[in-house]
Amino acid sequence: MAKVPVQFTLNGAEKAEFIDSGTTLLHALRDKIGDTSPKGGCHQGTCGGCSVIIDGELRLSCLTLAETCNGAAITTASGLSEGGVLHPLQRAFLDAFATQCGFCTPGMIMAATVLLDHTPNPSRDEVVEALSGNICRCTGYEPIIQAVLTAARSNSQNAA
Amino acid sequence: MALALQTFSTVKEANAALTVAGTRYLGGGTLVVRAANEGDVSVSILIRSTEPSLSAITVSGDKVRIGASVTMAAIACHPDLSSLAHAARAVGGPAIRNMATVGGNLFAPAPYGDFTVALLALDTTVSTKDGEVPIETFVAKRESNHAIVTAVGFTLPVDGGFRFLKVSRVKPTGVAVLSIAAVLEQAPDGTVSSARIALGCMADRPMRATAAEKALLGRKLTSDGIEPALAVARDGTSPITDPIASAWYRNEVLPVHLGRLLLA
Ligand SMILES: Cc1cc2nc3c(=O)[nH]c(=O)nc-3n(C[C@H](O)[C@H](O)[C@H](O)COP(=O)(O)OP(=O)(O)OC[C@H]3O[C@@H](n4cnc5c(N)ncnc54)[C@H](O)[C@@H]3O)c2cc1C
Ligand code: FES
Ligand code: FES
Repeated sequence: MAKVPVQFTLNGAEKAEFIDSGTTLLHALRDKIGDTSPKGGCHQGTCGGCSVIIDGELRLSCLTLAETCNGAAITTASGLSEGGVLHPLQRAFLDAFATQCGFCTPGMIMAATVLLDHTPNPSRDEVVEALSGNICRCTGYEPIIQAVLTAARSNSQNAA
Repeated sequence: MALALQTFSTVKEANAALTVAGTRYLGGGTLVVRAANEGDVSVSILIRSTEPSLSAITVSGDKVRIGASVTMAAIACHPDLSSLAHAARAVGGPAIRNMATVGGNLFAPAPYGDFTVALLALDTTVSTKDGEVPIETFVAKRESNHAIVTAVGFTLPVDGGFRFLKVSRVKPTGVAVLSIAAVLEQAPDGTVSSARIALGCMADRPMRATAAEKALLGRKLTSDGIEPALAVARDGTSPITDPIASAWYRNEVLPVHLGRLLLA
C-alpha cells in the first residue's frame, strides 16, 4: 500500500514520517516514532491507556488515524519531564503510590494534565470525572485521585 | 485488510468518493476505527470531509443548527446550548466526547446513541445532499443512507422544557441501561399540552414512546397525573439484552425512570 506523509510536533519536536494510510496514531507513535509512553490496552476506546493530548484536547490515540493529525501539536506523557526533573503530576503519582504496574499511568497523567490546564484547583468530583475514561486494575483509584489533588495543591503553592 | 483514509475539502467530493464499494464515512472514528481495530474488514477506505460548515454551531433566536462533525465536548461547552449540555456529557468519558460527533451518534447502535435520543425528543431534522428529513425517518432507515449527514437542526425548547436522563451502573461514565429525553409543554393550568418522549436502549436504536406521549396530554405532572403514561411506557419497546442489562430488566425499570424524569 502507498505510504503517506505525516508531520506534527511531538512534545515540541518536529516529526515527519511516511506511514501506511489508515495507521492509528498509537501505532505510529509507538512503532514508527518510538514513543512508547501511550499504551495499547484495548484498542477499543475503553481503557484510556493510549490517551494523548492533541492541540490541547485529550484524545484516544488508538481510535485516531495518524493522518488526521497533520500539523497538530501532540503531547504524550514522555514529554512532561524537563531536563530530567519530573513534572509535579509525575512526582505526585510516585509519592502517593498512584502507580503500581504502571500500565495506566501515562494515560492517567495525560487526562490529569488536561484537567489541571483548565481547572487548576479541581474538586474531588472534577478529578473523578476527568479520569472517568481511564481504567486502572491495580490501585483502586483512590491513590490516583489523591495524587492529582496533591499536584494541583503543589502547583498553586508554587504559583503563589 | 488494511484501511486507507481519503480526505476531501468539500462534502460534494466526499459524497462522490463514498459511491465506491468498501468505503465508509469517518466522523470522530470512535465506532468505525474501533470496528477496524477489532477486525471488521467490511471497510477498506474511510472518507472524510474537512468542509468548515460541518464543524459549525449556529444559533439564531431559538433555531439551532449543529454541523455533523461537531463533537459532544463542543456542544457541552457551547453557551447557547447549556440546556442540552447534560445530554452531550452523557456520551462516554472526556476523551470520547472530544472525538464523538453528532453525525456518528445518529448511527450508533444501542446501547449507544444517547445524544440521538435527545435529538429525537427535540423533533430534529437531519440534512444531507438530498435535503432535510425528520430524524425519526432518518434513524429508521439509516442503514440505507449513503449520503453524508451535514447537519442537524431543531428549535430550542423553552427554559426547563427539555429533560434528559441516562441510567448507568458505572458513574459517571457507564454505558446506558437506558436513556430518556422529553420535551414537554404545559398549559397555564399545568396540564401537558404537548409531549415528545424518546427512549434509548429500548430497541436497537432510539425510539419514540408515542403511547406515553398521548397518555400525558391534558394531564398534570403529578404522581396521579402521569400514572396512565407510565402504564403504557413499554408499548412498542423491544429492548436490547447486553452485559449491562437484559431486555426484561430494561422493560421493568423503564416506567420507574420515566416517572422520575416526569416528576423532576
Ligand atoms: C469507550 C466508548 C464509550 C462510548 N460511550 C458512549 C455513550 O455513553 N453514549 C453514546 O451515545 N455513545 C457512546 N459511544 C459510541 C460513540 O462514541 C458515539 O456514539 C459517537 O457519537 C459516534 O460518533 P463518531 O463520530 O465517533 O462516529 P464514527 O465512528 O466516525 O462513525 C460511526 C458511523 O456513523 C457514520 N457516520 C459518522 N458521521 C457521519 C456523517 N456525518 N454522515 C454519514 N455517516 C456518518 C460512519 O460512517 C459510521 O458508520 C462510546 C464509544 C466508545 C468507544
Ligand atoms: S488502547 Fe486506546 S483506549 Fe484502550
Ligand atoms: S497501576 Fe496498574 S493498571 Fe493502574
